[in-house]
Amino acid sequence: MTTYKAISSVLRPVGRSTLDLFQVIGKIFLFVVETLSHFLRPPYYWKELTSSIFNIGYLSLPVVGLTALFTGGALALQIYSGGARFNAESVVPSIVAIGMVRELGPVLGGLMVAGRVASSIAAELGTMKVTEQIDALKTLSTHPIKYLTIPRVLATTISLPILVAIGDIIGILGGYLVAINRLDFNGSVYLTNTINFLEIGDITSGLIKASVFGFIVAIMGCYHGQNSNGGAQGVGKATINAVVSSSVLILTANYLLTELFF
Amino acid sequence: MISIKNIKKSFNQVNVLNGINLDVAKGESMVVIGGSGTGKSVLLKVILGLIQPDSGEIFLEDQSLSHIGREQFLARFGMLFQGGALFDSLNVWQNISFRLVRGNGRINAKEAREIAEQKLQRVGLKPDILELFPSELSGGMQKRVGLARAIASNPEIIFFDEPTTGLDPIMAGVINELIREIVVEMGVTAITITHDMASARAIGDKVAMIHNGIVQWTGRITDLEKSNDPYLIQFLKGSSSGPIKLTS
Repeated sequence: MTTYKAISSVLRPVGRSTLDLFQVIGKIFLFVVETLSHFLRPPYYWKELTSSIFNIGYLSLPVVGLTALFTGGALALQIYSGGARFNAESVVPSIVAIGMVRELGPVLGGLMVAGRVASSIAAELGTMKVTEQIDALKTLSTHPIKYLTIPRVLATTISLPILVAIGDIIGILGGYLVAINRLDFNGSVYLTNTINFLEIGDITSGLIKASVFGFIVAIMGCYHGQNSNGGAQGVGKATINAVVSSSVLILTANYLLTELFF
Repeated sequence: MISIKNIKKSFNQVNVLNGINLDVAKGESMVVIGGSGTGKSVLLKVILGLIQPDSGEIFLEDQSLSHIGREQFLARFGMLFQGGALFDSLNVWQNISFRLVRGNGRINAKEAREIAEQKLQRVGLKPDILELFPSELSGGMQKRVGLARAIASNPEIIFFDEPTTGLDPIMAGVINELIREIVVEMGVTAITITHDMASARAIGDKVAMIHNGIVQWTGRITDLEKSNDPYLIQFLKGSSSGPIKLTS
């Protein structure tokens, strides 16, 4: 009997956590289905969409650009260091390019935007929830998914590939600057190697990844924000959950998409 | 005009509404009173369709809300939320005209701004705050802007959720007077949720007291003091001794 109680006291919390996890997954799945169903039905709030593109896309440019610049530079140094061990220093331009475009650009861009945007969306919508603004929207004949979720999801899904494309160029530029200033590479040879090595598939796979990551970031921000409760503490919790869940999902989706494009 | 029939609602096996029955006639101002946690706000959210009841029905002019459709019902009412619930990202005139520029029969921004200005003046505020954002307004001003938004589309029914909560006595008096004037002037049906008896006396024609999830007492505002109901007497006196037990 004592053994049964001991095993039960260990297993019960595990079982409860597992059930809670599946419940959350189910709710997120239903939220995604509901969001997608609203994509096809008017009204559309164009003003909210453009303002979301500005806030989410344009204002994320500095953080994504700086991340890409320093990542490209560090990548060039690391590849040079590794390549020098078997006299393959010349691979720096091609590996920096493929590393940035296929992997680091979308993943780091996605994670930076998750930190900046998922938190901001969750905090904004969470505050709207606890101050009854979402209830007010409903009473003013406006569906919160249409007015709040759709513009943010669209804006992030459209903006992130553009941000990543710009980040890729800045990252390659970072590698280029380090290569010609620190590693004595010839500038024109570096650029020629970069351009000749990259294929269209490398670029499109990175941009498709970025688009999926953008969708994940906005969905997590909106879901956790709109389902927050418990006042200021609840909004804080929603913000943490939005950033953590979107970051984990980005890394999971990255692996799955890499397998798909492999 | 509004008939609430046997509404029941529970959360996590705790019964909040145990079969509420209430009738509000056209043009009447009904005030729903009761202690904290008695289900007043839940009742309001059930009427608005923000919470689904476990059972019971609500009728609007003898038609069940489930038959009228939520959109049609929403188009006929206005709502003043407890904290104003103004949209932080929109300025005052955009808040007031929110429904006008988005709902059915939408109007252009210029007309919407003009209507917002008229409604703002109706609630005693000057047009120079039209471009301000909610964070730049005092609590009393936010409440009045919320009231302007509630009447912007000339509704037939207006709901007021704790309209004087968080206001000083003078501002609370101003809001009460405004609500009373607007209700009489527009001839609307009003349902007000409050535990502020000064507000209830200023706004209401009739009162319904909710306790333990049912309507404990209902009658005209003038009959309040004549009632022998021990629950109502204790509530009006604000006494801790009586049939209403403190839960904590």
